[in-house]
Amino acid sequence: MADKTLDAKGLNCPLPILKAKKALKEVPAGGTLEILATDPGSVADFQAFSRTTGNELVEHSEEGGVYRFLLRKTA
Amino acid sequence: MSEENGGINPNSMTIIVTKGSLDWAYPPFILSTTAAAMGLDVALFFTFYGLPLLLKDLNLQVTPLGNAAMKMPMMGGHMVMPNLMAAIPGVDAMASKMMKNLIKKKGVASIEELRELAVEADVRMIACQMTMDLFEYSKDDMIEGIEIGGAATYIEIASKSHINLFV
Repeated sequence: MADKTLDAKGLNCPLPILKAKKALKEVPAGGTLEILATDPGSVADFQAFSRTTGNELVEHSEEGGVYRFLLRKTA
Repeated sequence: MSEENGGINPNSMTIIVTKGSLDWAYPPFILSTTAAAMGLDVALFFTFYGLPLLLKDLNLQVTPLGNAAMKMPMMGGHMVMPNLMAAIPGVDAMASKMMKNLIKKKGVASIEELRELAVEADVRMIACQMTMDLFEYSKDDMIEGIEIGGAATYIEIASKSHINLFV
């Protein structure tokens, strides 16, 4: 169970990333943020966000057009 | 900042913003907010037609006139408006309305929203003093929190910045 869930469904680039960055502030260090999105571009973007910021992308999956990302706050 | 890399901050970006139409306003605001979210220090330098993007009241317009690559989705295809039609009074307003509807429908942020997020994320916004004089704008016309500077102000920041773009 993630510490916090962000529903970014229906939002387009760059809003899922911007809202995820904001939501991470409310996650304790070492905690996780779950993000739900429908923007197909978010798949590449959350990987890039993770590599650049150092927050680990623990998992990502897709089901029925909804992408789910789990970010661990490590930075 | 270390001496080894010539004093350049590897996590920094600047953008010179020279265009203020509804379509061209997107790249600088999308890139600056995203870069800030990814931990970069960002500065935007607004000059010439980019300067009005700092006005308190934005009423951004897009024109199909002379805009050959502007293909709007319509009835399952894409439509380019001939210049002769695009020149008719009222067409710009109609095209701008169509674009804004499309932006809303597709979950794309408005420029107002992105600009607010940029301010929140401490993106530095520098208004070009010369352009303010040229087109007769005062600081009171602009949103809170901006800086005012000239070419030297920009060059000083850019000379220490890793990514420098021109839009």
